[in-house]
Amino acid sequence: MVDATSPTAGRILEGPRGSKPKSRLSRRNIFLYGTLLLVSIYYLLPLYVMIVTSLKGMPEIRLGNIFAPPVEITFEPWVKAWAEACTGINCDGLSRGFGNSVKILIPSLILSISIASVNGYALANWRFKGSEVFFTILIIGAFIPYQTMLYPIVIILREIGLMGSLWGLVLVHTVFGMPILTLLFRNYFTSLPEELFKAARVDGAGFWGVYFRVMLPMSIPIFVVAMILQVTGIWNDFLFGVIYTKPETYPMTVQLNNIVNSVQGIKEYNVNMAATLLTGLVPLVIYFVSGKLFVRGIAAGAVKG
Amino acid sequence: MNINSHSVEVRDLDLHFGEVKVLQELNIDIHEGEFLVLLGSSGCGKSTLLNCIAGLLDVTDGQIFIKGQNVTWKEPSDRGIGMVFQSYALYPQMTVEGNLSFGLKNARVARDEIAKRVARAAEILQIEPLLKRKPGALSGGQRQRVAIGRALVRDVDVFLFDEPLSNLDAKLRTDLRVELKRLHQQLKNTMIYVTHDQVEAMTLADRIAIMKGGKIMQLGSPDEIYNRPQNIYVAGFIGSPAMNMIEGRIDNGHFAGHDLSLPLDGYEFERTDHHAGPVAIGIRPEHVLTGDAVETAAAQAEVEVQIVEKLGSDTLVHSTLGSLNLRFRMDGLSRVTEGDRLRIGFDTSRASLFDAVTETRL
Ligand SMILES: Nc1ncnc2c1ncn2[C@@H]1O[C@H](COP(=O)(O)OP(=O)(O)O)[C@@H](O)[C@H]1O
Ligand SMILES: [Mg+2]
Repeated sequence: MVDATSPTAGRILEGPRGSKPKSRLSRRNIFLYGTLLLVSIYYLLPLYVMIVTSLKGMPEIRLGNIFAPPVEITFEPWVKAWAEACTGINCDGLSRGFGNSVKILIPSLILSISIASVNGYALANWRFKGSEVFFTILIIGAFIPYQTMLYPIVIILREIGLMGSLWGLVLVHTVFGMPILTLLFRNYFTSLPEELFKAARVDGAGFWGVYFRVMLPMSIPIFVVAMILQVTGIWNDFLFGVIYTKPETYPMTVQLNNIVNSVQGIKEYNVNMAATLLTGLVPLVIYFVSGKLFVRGIAAGAVKG
Repeated sequence: MNINSHSVEVRDLDLHFGEVKVLQELNIDIHEGEFLVLLGSSGCGKSTLLNCIAGLLDVTDGQIFIKGQNVTWKEPSDRGIGMVFQSYALYPQMTVEGNLSFGLKNARVARDEIAKRVARAAEILQIEPLLKRKPGALSGGQRQRVAIGRALVRDVDVFLFDEPLSNLDAKLRTDLRVELKRLHQQLKNTMIYVTHDQVEAMTLADRIAIMKGGKIMQLGSPDEIYNRPQNIYVAGFIGSPAMNMIEGRIDNGHFAGHDLSLPLDGYEFERTDHHAGPVAIGIRPEHVLTGDAVETAAAQAEVEVQIVEKLGSDTLVHSTLGSLNLRFRMDGLSRVTEGDRLRIGFDTSRASLFDAVTETRL
């Protein structure tokens, strides 16, 4: 064969070669990016308004132009939302709710994910007596609308003396997260090669040995997914918080609601905006931080042994 | 090889998955130091039997003994077995060294002993340079070597292999096959090897167990299996191209059917004269004689060549004799073409005769 690129070939082949040049301003691209741009603006505009408003003083807000950037940037509303805003008799701002939410989130997260992952692992790899029944019950549990269980849980919590306490809410979150998380973990562990489990058994690893030394290190991605689900779910929960806790133990969302919907005094839009942004910050941070972890986890999991 | 001591014994083994009876009343004795191959088409229950022996499946009924001990209810790790899987099943997050030592750590073997055994296994399998690598950075052949090493370090009595070479490409498969044979000669362990590849079975096995539908159709040396198949299934399963099966009757010491009359003088069986029912005679393609050898054959016929397959070393001919299809081999250089008429002979001394009803050997 004649090598057309070598100078010794002595001739230049006519016509185009290499990859086909693409026009940046093709009709397809204009349409695509135009749509993306419009949708982004649509979603980002409220956020913009919130940020801008939270940085204005009340006199400036009363001027009425919600889209105008602040003439004079002030962090006063943020400080007030965090440390001074009043709900009922407490005037220590959202900081209390934040503390409560963290105290609810961390134990709920650890409990629900560790129990659910072991459940899912047992269901996927160890066929024990009644495992099918157990799994069916869990699946049904995932589809029961939880409004029907609100009152029975009040009674249960009262009976065991956890009504109104943070631990009561931790218990509720752990239990309600269980069906979907177990399903998530079970499906993931089922998708791992069965022979790996068999090999570990032949190698003398028991129930916990297989779980901690073989399964867990291969399952980082699904743990990250479960964590994202639980953090956003628990942090954003309002209903359980308002029902099963009392003012001292209200989570951040309930407190936010109380600040924003406070009927006394004038509406401080800037403080409300700052408070809302503060409350949404935690899930946002989780998304940004774990998003990277998540991708890395998937990439690591892709190297199959 | 000590024929008298049994390494693995399976007694009346039943295994059901719900309604599906995968293994039924299965019995097998495996000798100390023997290389036994479980051979059968996909879905016949080979892996299931192997998993039962390994203790990875709870048997429905029956007993399993390893080295004389009843291990039916023992944990896999307490049975003195090591297992190698088709998909290698290496722990992806551990290095090769970690993979090799995992079982020993679980058994709480002392650290310097672990190091010694890992080093020895790595030397035998020539994977020393790979010890610090993760499985993801190994080729298929290297991975399977590590998987074998994982069984090797544990110093077990019985090695179980479940289609260990099926995921490798053809060249590597042949290489590793030879290496496995060498390993067996060196270690002298009992090895039970599952495969659906008859070449692997024939080359590796001391004895082959041919399975079908959860039952053992024949257990014997490769030679016995090939030359004295006990039933029509085994006869048709082993050998490529498959044995020619001709149906007919026994008449006065001759096989008669399809206008053929084949003398059964050389065939060793007792009931030649008084077997009245329909029979089938099986003749392997290489026992059909061609060329000059035809003259020596007691029975001859003329066939029409239909298809010629040139394989290099020899030529495969598909032909017809009336309504009968006959396959046979010729020399690689023979110039036979479609439509030719050819004289062939039959070497009946090496044929197999079956009762066509019970499908068993006469
Ligand atoms: N966990 C299971 N549940 C139900 N049926 C199974 C299960 N595992 C295997 N089988 C069935 O048992 C039969 C034998 O399977 P297997 O031993 O894996 O065959 P092979 O000889 O190909 O290794 C197949 O028909 C398969 O469908
Ligand atoms: Mg199999």
